[in-house]
This record gives sequence, C-alpha cells and structure tokens, in this order.
Amino acid sequence: MSASPLEVFRSETRTWLAANCPPAMRTPLNEKEVVWGGRDPVFPNDDARLWLERMGERGWTAPSWPRAYGGGGLSPAENAVLQEELKRIDARVPLWSFGLWMFGPVLLEFGSEPQKLAWLPDIVRGRIRWCQGYSEPGAGSDLAGLATRCEDRGDHFLVNGQKIWTSYADKADWMFCLVRTDTTAKHGGISFIVFDMRTPGVETRPIKLISGDSPFCETFLTDVRVPKEQLVGRLNGGWEIAKRLLTHERQSISTSAFGGSRLDLAAAAKESVGLVCGQLADSDLRSRIAACRMQERAFHLTVRRAQAEARVGGNIDHLAPLFKYAAASLNQQRLELLVESLGLGGLGWEGEGFDADALRATRHWLRSKGNSIEGGTSEINLNVVAKRVLGLPDPV
Amino acid sequence: MTRPLTEDQRLLQDSAREFFAERAPVSALRAERDAGRPHDPQLWREIAELGFVGAAVPEEHGGSGMGWRALGIVLEAAGRTLVASPLTQTGLVGVAAVRALGNEAQRARLLPLLAAGTVTTALAFDEGAHHAPTGIAMRAVREGDGWRLDGRKRFVPDGATASHILVTALAAPAPGAAETLALFVVDAAAPGVARRPLAMADSRGMADIELTGVRVTDDMRLSGRTDLGSTMTDAGAAGLERVLDIARIGLAAEMLGAADALFTLTLAYLKDRRQFGQPIGAFQALQHRAARMFVDLELTRSCVTAALDALDDAEGGDKAAAAATAQIPALASLAKARAGDTLHLVSNEAVQLHGGIGMTDAFDAGLYLKRARVLETLYGSAGWHRDRSARLEGY
Repeated sequence: MSASPLEVFRSETRTWLAANCPPAMRTPLNEKEVVWGGRDPVFPNDDARLWLERMGERGWTAPSWPRAYGGGGLSPAENAVLQEELKRIDARVPLWSFGLWMFGPVLLEFGSEPQKLAWLPDIVRGRIRWCQGYSEPGAGSDLAGLATRCEDRGDHFLVNGQKIWTSYADKADWMFCLVRTDTTAKHGGISFIVFDMRTPGVETRPIKLISGDSPFCETFLTDVRVPKEQLVGRLNGGWEIAKRLLTHERQSISTSAFGGSRLDLAAAAKESVGLVCGQLADSDLRSRIAACRMQERAFHLTVRRAQAEARVGGNIDHLAPLFKYAAASLNQQRLELLVESLGLGGLGWEGEGFDADALRATRHWLRSKGNSIEGGTSEINLNVVAKRVLGLPDPV
Repeated sequence: MTRPLTEDQRLLQDSAREFFAERAPVSALRAERDAGRPHDPQLWREIAELGFVGAAVPEEHGGSGMGWRALGIVLEAAGRTLVASPLTQTGLVGVAAVRALGNEAQRARLLPLLAAGTVTTALAFDEGAHHAPTGIAMRAVREGDGWRLDGRKRFVPDGATASHILVTALAAPAPGAAETLALFVVDAAAPGVARRPLAMADSRGMADIELTGVRVTDDMRLSGRTDLGSTMTDAGAAGLERVLDIARIGLAAEMLGAADALFTLTLAYLKDRRQFGQPIGAFQALQHRAARMFVDLELTRSCVTAALDALDDAEGGDKAAAAATAQIPALASLAKARAGDTLHLVSNEAVQLHGGIGMTDAFDAGLYLKRARVLETLYGSAGWHRDRSARLEGY
C-alpha cells in the first residue's frame, strides 16, 4: 500500500525540520528573543537568523499564502500537518510580524496584483517590519471618527495628522494607515494607504506605560507625500478593509495569548503562601485561584473546539469576538491573582532583593491592564457579540 | 476531546430536540406539577421506545451503543424543556452504575431492563443536605449468603417513584474485615424500605428513604470492576467515584440545555419588549449582560463536550483511553462547576430581564430557576467542585 500524499508530506516535512531547525530554536522562547525582522533586524543569535532564513525561503512563515507571493502554498490540511510537526519538536515561531498577522491577509484579499508582488514576499522573508496606523487621539473605540487628512495632490497624496498607540512604530519600516479622504461621509470617507516610515514628515515618539515599557508610540504625520499606487483598495473604501483587518488582529491576539509570566499560578501561591494540611493556607485565595484555572481550561477547550469545528468546515464566526474578550479578562485575572499570591514580593519594581520572575510578574500585571483596551476594548467586543452574534438592535 | 458532532449525533440532536419540544414542553411539567404527579408514565414509555434511555448501553445489552456523548445530547435536549422523567436517574446514573460496577452477569441482566425503561433507578448516595462522598453511614452486614442493610438516605432524586434504589453502604465482606463502600440494587417494594416523598421547589420527586433490616441477595451487590483508577482510597469508592463523575457530567449537559433554552427565551424578550419607544435590547447595559451570558454559555459548552468525549475515549483499552481516564475527575468537576455557575447566572438574569412577568408563576422563568438550584446542588455545588479541582492539582 502506498502512502497518502499527506503522509508523504508529513514525512518530508519531518525530515526537513530535523535537518534545518537548529537545536537552539527548539527551546522555549522568552520575550527578549522574539524575532521581528525588518531592514535592520535584531537576532538574539545566529541560529535565529538561520531559522528565519530557512523558513522564509520555503514560504513557511506564511504557509497558506500562494507561492507566487513567496508563501508556502500549502492546503489547510498540509498546513495543519506542518503546525503539528513544528509543535512536535517545540520549534520556535521564526518571525513575529504584523505583516503576517494583519496586513498580509487583507492585502491578499483587497490588494492589486502589483501591490501583492511588491510587498508580500518581503513580509514572508521578514525583510520589512510593518506597523499599524489606526487609533488617533480623537478616535479610539470610535475608530471611524479618525481625522488624519489625506488630500489628492494630482500625482500624489498629501497626509497630515496624528496616530497614537502605534505598536513599535519607532522600530517599523512601513506603516499601513487609515486616513480620511472625504470629510462629508464618516465610514465612507476612509481610505487605506501604506507608506515608508523614512518618508519626510513622519516622526515617532515612544509612550511610556505604567509598566515602565514603551511598546506604543505617537506618530506625527506632517505633509507626508504618498505615491498614489500605495492606496490599497478603492478610494473611500478603506473601512471594509479596516474591519477585516481588525478581525485578523483580534484572532491573532487571542490565539497567541497575551504575554504572561513564566510563573505557574498554583505553584507560585503554594511556595509563597504555603500549605496547611495539603491545602493553600489562604482558603479564599485558593478558591479564587481554582476558579481562574478552571476558567482558563474552559477557554482553551473552547479554542480547541473552534479549531476542530473549523477543520470540518463548520462556521465559527459566532465564536471569534468572544475569544479576544475572554482572553483579555482571563489574563488580567490570572496576573492579579499571581501578584496577590506573591504578596509584597509581587510588587517589587527593580533592583536587588526580588526574585527575577516576581519582578517580571509585576511588569506583566501592569501591562495586562491594556489587554482589555488594545485591539478593541472589551466593551466594544461585547457590543460586537450583542449586535452581530445575538442580533440585538441599535438604539433609536 | 471536543470533537464536532458526527452526522449520527446531529440527527439524534435534531430528533431529541423535536421530540421533547413537541411531546414534553415546559407546559407539560407545569401540568404534572398542578396535577401533583412527579412524571407522566406514558411519556417515559415513549422516551424508552425512541432508544434515548439506552443511548449509553452497549448494543449487546439491548442499547443503541451510541455512547456517552450521545446520551449527553439527549440530556441536553431534555434539559431545554425541563423534561420530568426518570431519564437522568435511569439512563445516566443507573446505566453508569451497572456499567462501571456490575460484573458481566449483572450487566447482561440489568442493562437491557434499564434500556427498555422497565426498571427505573434512583441513586441513594448522600445522607444529608450537602454532597458528602465521605459522609456515608448506611451499613451493610453479611447475613447468610446475602446482606442486611440499615440506615437512612436523604434527598434521593426520583426516590419516591423508581422501581429500584441504588444504595451506597459501608460493607464488611466478613465479620471483623475492613469496611469498603459498596453499591446495592434494592427493590423499592422490598420489606423494610420506607420512602417519604419530599415536595421540592422544582416539583420533581425526591424522597427520604429509610432502610430497616432490608435483605439483599449478594448478586444484587454491584461488584464487578475495581480497575477504574481513582483519587479516592479503596476500590469500591473508586468505582463509585466514576459513577458520580458520569452523573455530574450528564447533569452538566442537562444544565447546559436548560441554560441555553432560557437564554434564548430571554434574548427573544429583549428584542420584543418595547420601552422608551424602542426594544429594550437596544440598551447597551442590557446588551452587555446578554453578551456575557453568551460567552459563559459557549465556554460551558466546550467543557461539557470535552467531558462527554473523555467518557467515550476512556472506553477503549489503549493508551489514549488511559489518558482520557486520568482526565475524567478534573473534567467532571470543570463541567459541573461551570454549568452550575452558568445556569445560576442565566436563571437569575432571566427573571430580572423579564421584569415583573419574570416573577409570575404563569411564566416559565420561575420553573427554570427552581430546577436550576436543585441541579446546581446535586452531586456537588460549583464551590464543592472548585475545592475538588484544587485538591486534584495539589493545592
């Protein structure tokens, strides 16, 4: 009996990974070692560079994208096999990228042929790092209220305005950006453009958060000239693309899970609070930890249920908006409990006298406050569930 | 775990929902309650004829052999309309007890009777108002070639109507030997069995049962299997824990059905009821409450599905079966606790969101609320199962 094509693919994949995934890339990833690519990429070591090069060459950083644009051209079944084989050897994700997770998928759907050929291969290879110009000081949850002006100047567009909460804008090479091209229509006056961050008039300024980190920036756009072929989709047709991209964003946020601490909640509580007769000494904390862990398990079972349904062609649209909402509140709950479990040891800021994991827990806890705000607030996500899933009406 | 429904299971779901919606809507429960009857015997015959009772009974023993997930689908459908019938205590608990604890002869004799609905069972486990697996005082003493049972069970579901009572008791195999937990099948009509029916808020039959010198032959002691793996200490308790876990998972399916149906009813009301010149469902304060219930229901559905699938996966003798078996206690507690919390939330919100009508006896929300609390409490409240989950994880 001859092996099925999928079995052949699995065995070839296994062989290739065995030969090409460096041993150092089969260890757990810590946040300092994430590879984001770009024009001036930073690699924690040569193996990380090699791993990205090899995976990018095969298009396996974007396994399901067409080969014509540098992708892997894999079928859903082949992609599932690839993911299984990567997981089997604990292979690191070779490239983290807003291009892969957000911009690429909508470009495939809405972009012109020359645009796809120009931008997608560099995303696959990790050669250009993209950032997302969505929110503005006056347009957060009401994103469609954005005011960054984009004027038609004959042979180019001229862009003036300000973006905020632009993740890693100071490190990005290009931006995909929502701009206003018509002031007489709200949703129908938005366009989707892209431009090089080196264009004169683009200026970024990092924003320091309560956690002490600065993952977000303010981006100022002053008389930025954008070539007309860098409009994606049609003029004033950007809102549809924007919404589709948000769906991709919310999915990638919830399935990749928010950055968490390496500390296991139950283990940390056991060590810090102590056991009496085999039970956590603080019985109130104990029951809240149990509730949180059970909720986490319920969430993971739901992700797996959705994946299983999707594999057999089931419709899981009704589940998508709940993932981001549930993942955000769970991560916040878990980190609150972790900090509480560590007592004052969980509230150290820096320096000596603290466990390194506990110091990280403090920062993660503070950072997690953003989970229910970024990528659509929890309130907006509940609106989406209420209106699109449950069919509840808009107010008069 | 958490597999999508197969074609057969989807058909079963459709036919079960359709049957219960037509033949046993909530109004049927109301009618039985007003007539002072715990359930309708004719309905029970029809449920058995459709093969629902024997869903988890293997084909060689007169069942349909569709498995625990299939039975869970039927229980969920029954939960949607609060069907009053011996289905849970017989098709779920009785079948679980005989399959998990009966020897081959007992399985061959009893399972066909359960699947046909001719024998109905009631598990008499707890002896107080709270679920307490370690609090059993009922005693079984060796007498001749049989046993003599003495003690008292409280709040036995279907206890007033079942033809047979499944009694847990501490039994010493020989005088002076250490006692272990055992399960006896006791004919409810046997001399020495005294049943006091309890009128519970949910209008479903429960009973206190007193056994005084009740004689049971040894072949009515379920004693077949002791290989189930357990977090309890002795072999009899291990089997019983499996029976309880199956009962908890099945109950969670029934609770999910009740919560889902009540949520659907409430959602329809939010779209229909108008105040301030618009449907009240247009108000964001109410939209978010509805959305939170939906999220809760979906998470619970995943837990119930995973737990039912684990019961089926545990049936084989392979490595995967062993892995699934090890997961059963945690998944049972997860499913029961989550279904309890979800039903608690939805039953309270349903009354509140319906306003004054939610408080009236003529409206169904109250029937769901009362049934909800009984189901939440039976075989361990959400708090009890959180405590168990923590114990299972060693903290």
